[in-house]
Amino acid sequence: MKCEELLAALNDYVDGAALNEVCAEFAQQLDGCSPCQVVVDNVQQTISLYRAGEPFAMPTGFQERLHESLRAKWVEKFGAELDSDTSKGDQSQ
Amino acid sequence: MTHELKEDNVKQDSAEMELLRLAKRGDYAAFQQLVVQLQPRVYGLVLRILRQPHDAEDATQQTFVSLIEHLQDFREESSIVTWILKVATNAALKILRKKRGHTAAFVSSFATEEQYRDLTLPEFIAPWSKTAEEIAEQAEVREELDRALESLEDRYRLVFILRDIEGLSVKETAETLQLSESNVKVRLLRARLALREKLTKKFGDPRRAMQPIHVVH
Repeated sequence: MKCEELLAALNDYVDGAALNEVCAEFAQQLDGCSPCQVVVDNVQQTISLYRAGEPFAMPTGFQERLHESLRAKWVEKFGAELDSDTSKGDQSQ
Repeated sequence: MTHELKEDNVKQDSAEMELLRLAKRGDYAAFQQLVVQLQPRVYGLVLRILRQPHDAEDATQQTFVSLIEHLQDFREESSIVTWILKVATNAALKILRKKRGHTAAFVSSFATEEQYRDLTLPEFIAPWSKTAEEIAEQAEVREELDRALESLEDRYRLVFILRDIEGLSVKETAETLQLSESNVKVRLLRARLALREKLTKKFGDPRRAMQPIHVVH
């Protein structure tokens, strides 16, 4: 198996395909090759690391600006005043 | 891993689908709640694509304006999370294209059908000295990750963000970016290998470094 074929199979494997679904040759290759196993593990760690972060902080005042513009759009689109529950909620803030 | 993220999307969807049903009946409070729940995910996605908070704010706003515009058309058998991520990506791409100036090079590099030929093979191969969870707890890691992601060309960065960070399927990523599924797979592999190389140089244990694959085989 050429390295490029191995790496293409690696993609499918990292995406959760079982080893025997990817191909027997890849399974054999991975089993007997420490660098290949480490590369697979590095890629999985890389993806995990990007997913592990906390959400980004919003810019100051963004929440308010967003809700103001969406409220205006809602009224424009549906041509109606906002329902009473929302108004009560807003007053209590 | 991707499968788990997909399951999270489904769980998140069932709670949000109820809010969507109420919003479709004119309940603005339910719509507001829906926005509050989806906003961090949408903002994170567009900020990763655009890298500027001001642009990310615009793209987030455009995304939720689109939700109001298409609220009544939304079919409840679809995933609201997936739908909103696709709309957010398109809103961000519009801004990105404008900033890149619609140049021929940008458009053609984006549309090119790529092959597995000439992959950059792994050079520095070493097990990481800590787990991803342990590394994620370090304060300076986010900047490191952002820098690595920003160093990728747009065509690779976008595929990695949608597929690996946001957990869209290959098919959904292809539909969102208007690429073939095989092109998404090739670009994803290039992105994964490039990020692996950069991050392994940072987090790999040099004492346990190994010979590159193409030397071994």
